[in-house]
Amino acid sequence: MHEHDVLVIGGGGAGLRAAIAAHEEGADVAIVTKLHPVRSHTGAAEGGINAAIREGDDWELHAYDTMKGSDYLGDAPAIETLAQDSPEETVQLEHWGMPFSREDDGRVSQRPFGGLSFPRTTYAGAETGHHLLHTMYEQVVKRGIQVYDEWYVSNLAVTDHDDPADRECHGVVAYDIKTGQVEGFKARNGVILATGGTGQVYDHTTNAVANTGDGAAMAYRAGVPLEDMEFVQFHPTTLPSTGVLISEGVRGEGGILYNSEGERFMFEYGYAKNDGELASRDVVSRAELTEVNEGRGVEDEYVYLDMRHLGEERITDRLENILHLARDFEGVDGLEEPMPVKPGQHYEMGGIETDENGETLIDGLYAAGECACVSVHGSNRLGGNALPELIVFGARAGRHAAGADVSEAEITTGKTAEIEEEDGLETPVEPGAVATDDEDVAADGGDVSADGGAAVVEPDETVRSAVERERTRIERLMEKDDGIQHAELRADLQKSMTENVNVFRNEEGLKQALEDIREVREAYQDVYVNDPSRTFNTDLIHTIETRNLIDLAEAITLGALARDEFRGAHWRQEHQERKDDEWLKHTMLSWNDGTPELWYKPVILEGQDKTYEPKERSY
Amino acid sequence: MSTQVPEEKEQSETEQEVNAETEAEITEGASYGDQRRSQRDAQRRESVSGAPVDIEGESFELKVFRYDPEVEGKMEPRFDDFAVPKQKGMTVLDALIYARDRYDTTLTFRHSCRQAVCGSDALFINGRQRLGCQTQISDLEEPVRVEPLPHQDVVKDLVVDMEHFYDQMHAVEPFFQPDEEPDGDLEEYRQTRENRENIKMSTRCIWCGACMSSCNIAAEDNQYLGPAAINKAYRFAMDEREGEDMKEHRLNVMDQEHGVWRCQTQFSCTNVCPKDIPLTEHIQELKREAVKQNLKFW
Repeated sequence: MHEHDVLVIGGGGAGLRAAIAAHEEGADVAIVTKLHPVRSHTGAAEGGINAAIREGDDWELHAYDTMKGSDYLGDAPAIETLAQDSPEETVQLEHWGMPFSREDDGRVSQRPFGGLSFPRTTYAGAETGHHLLHTMYEQVVKRGIQVYDEWYVSNLAVTDHDDPADRECHGVVAYDIKTGQVEGFKARNGVILATGGTGQVYDHTTNAVANTGDGAAMAYRAGVPLEDMEFVQFHPTTLPSTGVLISEGVRGEGGILYNSEGERFMFEYGYAKNDGELASRDVVSRAELTEVNEGRGVEDEYVYLDMRHLGEERITDRLENILHLARDFEGVDGLEEPMPVKPGQHYEMGGIETDENGETLIDGLYAAGECACVSVHGSNRLGGNALPELIVFGARAGRHAAGADVSEAEITTGKTAEIEEEDGLETPVEPGAVATDDEDVAADGGDVSADGGAAVVEPDETVRSAVERERTRIERLMEKDDGIQHAELRADLQKSMTENVNVFRNEEGLKQALEDIREVREAYQDVYVNDPSRTFNTDLIHTIETRNLIDLAEAITLGALARDEFRGAHWRQEHQERKDDEWLKHTMLSWNDGTPELWYKPVILEGQDKTYEPKERSY
Repeated sequence: MSTQVPEEKEQSETEQEVNAETEAEITEGASYGDQRRSQRDAQRRESVSGAPVDIEGESFELKVFRYDPEVEGKMEPRFDDFAVPKQKGMTVLDALIYARDRYDTTLTFRHSCRQAVCGSDALFINGRQRLGCQTQISDLEEPVRVEPLPHQDVVKDLVVDMEHFYDQMHAVEPFFQPDEEPDGDLEEYRQTRENRENIKMSTRCIWCGACMSSCNIAAEDNQYLGPAAINKAYRFAMDEREGEDMKEHRLNVMDQEHGVWRCQTQFSCTNVCPKDIPLTEHIQELKREAVKQNLKFW
């Protein structure tokens, strides 16, 4: 059994920042990641880091913009924390050597971004995430923080109390991808989940293949609520064959969207007469899909983004990277042809419920970054707010887990007196775990109770028994020699989510998705791993990941079905208005002995000095 | 050498037939699979006229290096052939994923971002180091031959051991070491645009290891720091925010026996770098700087 004070699961932006913070507090910290840290998806972020670091700007403006952008579904204490901590965190990155773009006077450059009242987005070319990731990894190397790279964490070691609020997390179980060894990792102080997004729930996403929401799914099954999962951000310009992101910069420079009839539809069909191509992401995404659905798409799938008229000089000067992306990933020369684009899944705004210090309902378990929902993005994330989230809440979680004296959180976790139970949500099938006596079903990882219900609370024993369960699970998956393979199940899941829980949503489709998810969940009982090797068995990893995707797809869909309003990225055909009277609340989902339980907690609109009054978000 | 899917290859006029053939082998416990298969076949029939992605009827041969140290019958290195239907915009990575998910789920390779920034899928494709995700099939001669990076230990199939590469990266103190912090809250170091521009290309490295694998010198001398690590040193040595003393220290590290002087300017690293970093040039510049520094003491 490996043992450290703090274990950080995931080696992307949030994980690295958390590890550095915990280390600075004097903790013995280790990072456990299924990739190598520099392979993490943070490296694909392009835009920038919002931080109020200049005269004329202040954190309150940043907080206000973010609250408005969230369509009033963000929690004020979280948003104000983001805005307050971001300047120091951003300058900290500069002090660690991050190669930010520079002004003439040598200071860090800032540029305007959508929804911001001040040009407060700091950036490093169009590769901000790459530089942020590498800069922080360099600091991890400098400090000698131990990294277990290519170790796949497949479950948490949590005590077996009946009430999730009484449970404690003592570590994780991880699988050494290189050798196949399953081992326990004990955390004396805390485990921080920083496992990133859930893009692989969809078949078309800007996310990496590794973004399977492992942390969120494991926390959920261990009893931590998932919050606001229905809010999935779709980006309007991604390449059709791969999902590679074509930055908003193209439209910013004057790029034009055309349908197959050669019409500039954003204007001609009146989707956004004032803003045209520069309308907000959700508006453009809906416009594109409407064109395709009404038969004016190209090959029934996408539209064109044209930048040829900008001229070679300007394109090479400002959008060089885009030429490379279109060429390398779509085989299209952006100087000669329009680029095919369509909306793609981009960011999961919901996630593991945490407070401002990164703590979850379960003692000793923390989460930060895209896998978490401290609720800074609400129903719609502003560009440039994802990277500050990683560093701000990564650092806070790291400090707290290491035992630093932190101020008490204003956001509460778990059920309090204010919660509202959901009653009356009709689902076509029973969601949640499959009821069966078949022992093989333990192989699906859904059973998190230790030793079949014997109350295990002692830390070492909690980790040991979790290891035993995982060994059994993996053996069963490996021993089975026929059945269904993960690739087929994953493809079916992704297809249904893309068809039914995408940019456009309606009751019928959401119910269809629940049925499809159920079908996949049941079929998963027959899943088997074809590769008998213990060496670098990606077949096994993908099989376990697929189980996580099933739970997350279901959480997204249940939330989307329950929320019968139109807010931010969540569009409902039957409900074309934001219903503040009913829906200024977070959708919470708890895995209650295998049955997802839906409940709500109010949004906190009271900030430090003021209350944020919901206003109409004009498109 | 064995052939993984000979029957399919002969019959593969369309992707549909290839799949039907493969899936027909799954017989037991497949009521779910059966149902899905018929649905999918129906959908394929519907989409035949539209043919949205497949270039109808055309497939190409993907030859993939295979090796597993612990599975009987796979311990002897070999090549497997897969017939993969051509699609517009298809990359080598797409083809590998297709082969893995449709034909053989044991086929093993690293990949993640699919957009040339995570650096996991550097491979030896048609005799050259390239990123699988960044390489269009249409740019390659057929058959497309995919092997693990040369000069690195093969773990399994296309996966190589990266430890030595990481060790060399870590050996150059790859972290910022300024003299002192700027005065005042929220004050940044000042860096001129010119200086940032000068180090910009060096900061684009994604640690894929293609350069190291292409370098004859690195292949012969295990201690040679290699192009990626030297480029990392360049990134800091040339960053004006680090002081003169630190630059001197960095140049001393480069000036060692297995440092910059091993480079024989063959340009192979520069040629294969997927991020177009002028690696050889950076190595030469550090040589010049090291000479200049030594001259100072005379």
